[in-house]
Amino acid sequence: MASRTVAKDIITLRGSAAIVSEFFGYAANSILYNRGVYPEESFAKVKKYGLPMLLTQDEEWLEAGKLQRVVMVIMSKATKEVLERWNFSIETDSDVVEKGVSREKSDREIMREIQAIMRQIASSITYLPCLDEPCVFDVLAYTDTDVPVPFTWIESDPKLIANPQMVKLHSFDTKIHKVDTLVSYKNDEWDEQ
Amino acid sequence: MDAGSLNSYSNLKGQSRCPLQEQLLHRKNSKENMDRFIPNRSAMDFDYAHYMLTDGRKIKENQTVCSPAREAYRKQLAETLNMNRTRILAFKNKPPAPVELFPSEHSTASAHPTKSAKPRRHIPQSSERTLDAPDLVDDFYLNLLDWGSSNVLAIALGNTVYLWDASDSSTSELVTVDDENGPVTSVGWAPDGRHIAIGLNNSEVQLWDSASNRQLRTLRGCHRSRVGSMAWNNHILTTGGMDGQIVNNDVRIRSHVVETYRGHQQEVCGLKWSASGQQLASGGNDNVVHIWDRSMASSNSPTQWLHRLEEHTSAVKALAWCPFQSNLLATGGGGGDRTIKFWNTHTGACLNSVDTGSQVCSLLWSKNERELLSSHGFTQNQLTLWKYPSMVKMAELTGHTSRALYMAQSPDGCTVASAAGDETLRFWNVFGVPEVAKTAPKVNREPFSQLNRIR
Repeated sequence: MASRTVAKDIITLRGSAAIVSEFFGYAANSILYNRGVYPEESFAKVKKYGLPMLLTQDEEWLEAGKLQRVVMVIMSKATKEVLERWNFSIETDSDVVEKGVSREKSDREIMREIQAIMRQIASSITYLPCLDEPCVFDVLAYTDTDVPVPFTWIESDPKLIANPQMVKLHSFDTKIHKVDTLVSYKNDEWDEQ
Repeated sequence: MDAGSLNSYSNLKGQSRCPLQEQLLHRKNSKENMDRFIPNRSAMDFDYAHYMLTDGRKIKENQTVCSPAREAYRKQLAETLNMNRTRILAFKNKPPAPVELFPSEHSTASAHPTKSAKPRRHIPQSSERTLDAPDLVDDFYLNLLDWGSSNVLAIALGNTVYLWDASDSSTSELVTVDDENGPVTSVGWAPDGRHIAIGLNNSEVQLWDSASNRQLRTLRGCHRSRVGSMAWNNHILTTGGMDGQIVNNDVRIRSHVVETYRGHQQEVCGLKWSASGQQLASGGNDNVVHIWDRSMASSNSPTQWLHRLEEHTSAVKALAWCPFQSNLLATGGGGGDRTIKFWNTHTGACLNSVDTGSQVCSLLWSKNERELLSSHGFTQNQLTLWKYPSMVKMAELTGHTSRALYMAQSPDGCTVASAAGDETLRFWNVFGVPEVAKTAPKVNREPFSQLNRIR
């Protein structure tokens, strides 16, 4: 659907939005799978639920340049306390949104950057505290104030963690959208020594 | 009907003080009819502007000298200040497994049409018409105005309830209560637009049929003092009293008290059911807003309420549920608070708080646009129209010479009626004309239609 050709490596706003949006889908899946929020068996079913809707809305907002960040929050099912917060901040090149110019960047280059992030997410289980209790997740979108709210989204508070540990992961850049990844998590009691 | 009061009104007839008469000639002074240019600086956030101007400059000069601590502090500051520039949205459909966190409420709203920028409509700065409302009680805690779905406006003036038919501008008297029972402290139309409940100072509630002008019953024994607020939920009439109690009355059965909600320590002045009828918001003179959920009635929790919101610092009478976003509630505080706060009633989180500068008496959401109308007291006694969610002031409607205590919205959503202690009832065409036919609705996205999408 993106109007870009592999040969010329031209990226348009729509193509970039599609890449970023798809990245969110993969990243969200990867996080849920790796962090064990859902058991492996039910994963295929859960994967289909909700995320496609999420992706289409994101694309709309990305193309308009109104999406500032996407946050995936993992909370304890019992206490609803926020345990982990995966923060993807987005910088949009406003020139492209306003004037509709396109940029050049090799497809392979972008894919390599995304793959690096995906690997980092997968390996994050080595340092993130274990999620022993049943958890649920929530997806938050930070948008500009003038964005009309579709009825599948509701207003929310930021669901921040108090005194978090933060780890900054790699970022990727399509030259139109730049996405930074940051995971913050609640300090594990065992770490305080 | 009290013969005594009838006489007093027929005496007044000759002196042109009939209630709900049009005020045409003697009120037309230059103040009211001139178009005023009101420079509106409320949309300019001076603090933010100053920060951006000065801090931006600092960055350019000291690019190399910024220590990590300053950098972090600056980022934190930007984050905090940006809170008002950013909306945070959560995806509504929570995933099913392992557990459903929030009960999913199926929105009955039609598909949201994406609108391109619409031309700004003209909002008339002065009231469309003004009617005389003698003996209107100037008491913040009462709710004396309600507009029914049959397009009839009910207003309580002293001991009498009048009905004003908006279609032909005719006035009729519904009932006058005895002096020892009155004055009337609240009026509320039932959803059918035909039956009306009248709360009295003596703690009783009368139910009337406006079509036949007959009293159907009197609800007694639910409160120990005056009933200042009421809200209907199908056949349930919820009443709020000066005793702080909220009672759910089933008007169809003999023993009408179905449930009593206890929680407020002082008079309950605001009471509103959500559109779905699942949640009830109540505001009291104890500065507390409670959210009551019908499903919690049978639960074992020690408290009956779902949420207890204590952020306001003054009595909360103004309550309004958002028509286009479920679980969004707007509340307004009295003279010591002066803020409008927005709440997510699922989680109890406060989403935004806006200082309005004066006592908030009433709140109404527009049914046609994303706008909120608030009515205020000292000093301007104005009605303010806000754009939502940016909370930019779109218009300020002045005219009342004392605090605009009571507001009601017409069934078609275009007109707002406001009444104040200055004994006038004013009508404002503030919400505009609804779109006749919405353009082709946004394509309903089926859940799995995107799975096979090829980029």
